[in-house]
Amino acid sequence: MDFQSCVNIKKEWDIVGARQLGRDIARKIGFGTVDQARIATAISELARNIYLYAGTGKVCFEALEDMNQKGIRILAIDSGPGIKELSQVMEDGFSTSGGLGAGLPGVKRLMDDFDITSEEGKGTEITVIKWLR
Amino acid sequence: MDEKLKNVVLEHSDDIVKMWLEEIDTHKKNDYTSTISEEMFESTNREFVNVIFSSIEKKGLSSDLDDFSERLINLGWPLSYLTDGMQVFRRVVTGYILQQSEKIDSDYFSKVLREVDDWVDPIINRLVNEYSGSWEHIVSLQRVALQELSAPLIPVMENITIMPLIGTIDTERAKQIMENLLDGVIKHNAEVVLIDITGVPVVDTMVAHHIIQAAEAVRLIGSQCILVGIRPEIAQTIVNLGIDLGKFPTKSSLRKGFQTALELTNRRIEETQNNDKDIERLIDSLDRE
Repeated sequence: MDFQSCVNIKKEWDIVGARQLGRDIARKIGFGTVDQARIATAISELARNIYLYAGTGKVCFEALEDMNQKGIRILAIDSGPGIKELSQVMEDGFSTSGGLGAGLPGVKRLMDDFDITSEEGKGTEITVIKWLR
Repeated sequence: MDEKLKNVVLEHSDDIVKMWLEEIDTHKKNDYTSTISEEMFESTNREFVNVIFSSIEKKGLSSDLDDFSERLINLGWPLSYLTDGMQVFRRVVTGYILQQSEKIDSDYFSKVLREVDDWVDPIINRLVNEYSGSWEHIVSLQRVALQELSAPLIPVMENITIMPLIGTIDTERAKQIMENLLDGVIKHNAEVVLIDITGVPVVDTMVAHHIIQAAEAVRLIGSQCILVGIRPEIAQTIVNLGIDLGKFPTKSSLRKGFQTALELTNRRIEETQNNDKDIERLIDSLDRE
């Protein structure tokens, strides 16, 4: 996969940088304000997970275009501790950090496609896609 | 030996300055100085090279150097101009000394290099320190300024206080919001606090979590929180995320929230125009009697 633009997540403020870049790309693709907010929020969740649990990682964006539809693909990748119970983190209300536990299931609902792979001790890779309607 | 090298350089300062100026001029074409006028560039170059020579002559950092760097910082010259200048100076001086010497062996060569480094490096260090010091100063001032803006509390009227939030909320700011909110509620004796998030670009689970916690803390000290300024797109993302904001009232605008706050404190807005009519009616009825 070829991602043109990536934001490295190292500090808390990088989350804001990733969000702004993602929102800009989404706007250029032609998403409306509601979908822009959805995409920005999803990026915020993914980037914050990297910052909170893995420490460092990156968030990449790609504009998708084929015959029928346009969209945005976001890849959040880190080499942190990984997730032990994937099914657990996808449940609403599960959190190891005392948060709301709505992050990943929320992202899944905000976006159209959601794909997660994680290996304990190696890292986590999440790919999400939002299609323009 | 040391003195000899120094004297060579000082005696031939005119030649060195000329070479230096020529090389600096080639730098000018491709980068930073394009916005600076020709005369300005030239006079600054002269001054710069004089400062360098005076530091070498005095065998240490002079106050001229401090004055010079301070002025450039104030004018907003890029640091790269100074570091480039010093690197060019190092190159030119080393080249010049080696050119002037009759025999060059590796011992002599390394000695010359070390000597020139001893002149150049302290100046570079001082300049870089001055610059980064000034940046750090600016950053720290701005951080304080941001902090002062981050969680303002406005006691609009008795028992009602508003906290307008604008911009991104990070962990640091969330902490401050909580503190200011609780302090303010007690200080202003507020019964109702309105938190206005019109200016918050993204409400993710962390922001929502902090707001919920703040509202809960406000409830514990006996006041009530109303969350206002929820834009339609934010409302949709909150629902998508599955965040439960049902524990406290929420309103779309500050205006609506303020009306609710008035109701909660047993007050309402009355238009004075109607009042006049009431009084007229009263007077009318008195007349009739």
